[in-house]
Amino acid sequence: MHLFLFLLFGAFCVGGAINLLIQRKTINSALSLIVVMGSLALIYLLLGAEFVAVVQVIIYAGAIMVLFIFVIMLLNAGAEEQAKGSNVAKIFGIPGLFAGGIIGIWVLLQHGPEERRIPIGALYGPANKVGMMLFTKYLLAFEVTSILVLIAIMGAVVLARRSHS
Amino acid sequence: MSALTFLIVAVIKIAVTLGVLLTVVAYTVWLERKVVGRMQNRWGPSRVGPFGLLQPLADGIKFLLKEDLTPPYVEKNIYLLAPGLALIMALTSIALVPIGPVIHLFGISTPVQITGVVSSTGQPSDINVGILIVLGITSLGVYGIALAGWSSNSKYSLLGSLRASAQMVSYEVSLGLSLVGVLLMSSTLSLSGIVHAQLGTWFGFIPQWFLFRGQFVAFFIYMMAAFAETNRIPFDLPEAETELVAGYHTEYSAMKFAMFFMAEYANMVTVACIASVMFLGGWSGPPLPFLSVAVQAFLPLVWFSSKIFFFLFLYIWIRGTLPRFRYDQLMAFGWKFLFPLALANVVVTAFFVAIRA
Repeated sequence: MHLFLFLLFGAFCVGGAINLLIQRKTINSALSLIVVMGSLALIYLLLGAEFVAVVQVIIYAGAIMVLFIFVIMLLNAGAEEQAKGSNVAKIFGIPGLFAGGIIGIWVLLQHGPEERRIPIGALYGPANKVGMMLFTKYLLAFEVTSILVLIAIMGAVVLARRSHS
Repeated sequence: MSALTFLIVAVIKIAVTLGVLLTVVAYTVWLERKVVGRMQNRWGPSRVGPFGLLQPLADGIKFLLKEDLTPPYVEKNIYLLAPGLALIMALTSIALVPIGPVIHLFGISTPVQITGVVSSTGQPSDINVGILIVLGITSLGVYGIALAGWSSNSKYSLLGSLRASAQMVSYEVSLGLSLVGVLLMSSTLSLSGIVHAQLGTWFGFIPQWFLFRGQFVAFFIYMMAAFAETNRIPFDLPEAETELVAGYHTEYSAMKFAMFFMAEYANMVTVACIASVMFLGGWSGPPLPFLSVAVQAFLPLVWFSSKIFFFLFLYIWIRGTLPRFRYDQLMAFGWKFLFPLALANVVVTAFFVAIRA
């Protein structure tokens, strides 16, 4: 059952990502990206990390993508123009992508650390565990990220401020 | 409990909850027309059935039978997707709400909550990130409105949905932060856990609801933000009929319009449910020991529905009282007043929780 759901949402995720690339209209691409985010959240949920899954929905699907849609609505962006593209990319693009993916998975399976592999449903990530980890083991990364976000906020304020000239 | 029993119980719970929710939605519309009518010195619906009680039914038939127009030059797929999205997101979050305690019927024990189960120790349990899922579903509800306005190919719709998405994204922040104080005090994210954290009483009759345990500022912020999230007066800028015809649903007719309409009222019910679970103790209430055992069994449902009724009446009352905000006032109120106040509430609550720990 878990494996079936994993494959189903994995397929949704990959399908959404491909659709994101081939759609001409910006809004359809943005909607495909929401599908990708949603299926990623469900895959996290299947792994057992429910807190990360819900946060994925709230932040990516609920906040960031809303801003994407908002910008598309404001600019009223239409269909994109197709560039001619290179012949090399046309011929070797898709086979090369598959080959690269397969080699990557093979290398990871052969040489990746055995204990880092997570079977489906094996993660146990309730909110308090995640919080503990953030404020003890990963405190430095957490604080550095918060400073980064603060700088971004200040940058946004500076950019949005009306000039007094 | 076997898998088959679990499935049957779940389907029954879903059917009953959905049926009750849709009835409540239909009759909230009736109540609103009636109460606002009386506030404005007129009768409200009075022709269809006694006291106009069959009016929702008549409205439903009208919506079903009206011509379903699709204007030319709309983005067809998205235009058709949007009302469904809005309604689905509005109806989903009721699944997380604990409506009552564990009931025992025909040898089966189950909590009155769609996502709730009874664990092997006999304790009720539900999804342990319940409140976050509700917030997540609420944040996805913006898409219905945003896409409806954009795909309609109409300036009024576009302006309405731009306003709506900006407003909902802004007030979501205060909405989420206002709940943090309660979560700090109950130290759980599960909704039934939050209700169980409020079960005790002081002096035997004052219930230990989080509203009385210092979260009244948070309650005020939550109610303000909730009015904005559901696009109700005084925050109904997205559909301000004097400026924007009908805002984001200008180009929708018949059942597609009805879906937006139902979504708005279902959202009101959900917001009322979350408010009563987080601040007013959900289905708990002051003990009434003089009542008989049979009546006691129904008491939680009575408490819960009277709290919901109180919130729905408050919505209607305020609609009959207050004028609409101006848009810049709305944004200033959200970001410069509610947001800092919510942050201050989190800091102060965290301080007191840390002292007591």
